[in-house]
Amino acid sequence: MTIRDVVRLLDAEILCGEEHLDTEIHTACGSDMMSDVLAYVKDQSVLLTGLLNPQVVRTAEMMDMLCIVFVRGKRPEQEVIDLARSKGIVLLSTEKRLFVACGILYTNGLGG
Amino acid sequence: MQCIRLEYDVDGENFSSAGNASESVKRTLKQMGVAPGSVRRVAIAMYEGEINMVIHAHGGKAVVEIYPERVDIYLKDSGPGIENIELAMKAGYSTATESIRSLGFGAGMGLPNMKKYSDEMRIDSTVGVGTTVFLRVNFE
Repeated sequence: MTIRDVVRLLDAEILCGEEHLDTEIHTACGSDMMSDVLAYVKDQSVLLTGLLNPQVVRTAEMMDMLCIVFVRGKRPEQEVIDLARSKGIVLLSTEKRLFVACGILYTNGLGG
Repeated sequence: MQCIRLEYDVDGENFSSAGNASESVKRTLKQMGVAPGSVRRVAIAMYEGEINMVIHAHGGKAVVEIYPERVDIYLKDSGPGIENIELAMKAGYSTATESIRSLGFGAGMGLPNMKKYSDEMRIDSTVGVGTTVFLRVNFE
């Protein structure tokens, strides 16, 4: 699927990175613990999280991820949005909870 | 041997900027055409080290030497030092405070991750004086 499909499936708001919505993605991971993302993730392109600080964007950047989805209706500070924009990372915000958001993407074909 | 040497001051007071040095190294390696897998290993190992310097040691200095076939990273701080290195290397062991955990770190994965993504790792630490971590990543 594309990031545009993620937006539609999660009824998400686009915070930045509109120009990258047609990028193809195949896998995702969900975590609030960035150390675990750095330890266990391999080639996942989407990160779903409830954590809002700039280190979420930096972690995604180190892992070459393309898109971050903030769950539970959370929105980061403008500083975080600007950082993601400068790195070409798409930021989305959805009202859905982490488990539900992951489940929807998984059942629609996104792998782990 | 020809080597590119990069030096960074890691600001210990600013959690937001933690990762700046690692990002700069990542960008440099990418521009040099180093294989993406190797670039990522360097970036993750150094990023974990940088985070450690900020959350445990009030910042410090990072020196990175890029050779044609590898990267050597020296992370030097004047923090509290590590009392028991063997224990600190255990996955899940952490002395991080609750406030650090709320930022998404402090899971006790920092040092194990640095070991996992590097080919060589040495920790030289004296309690009350500081810690120097050496990381070597060989390119694929």
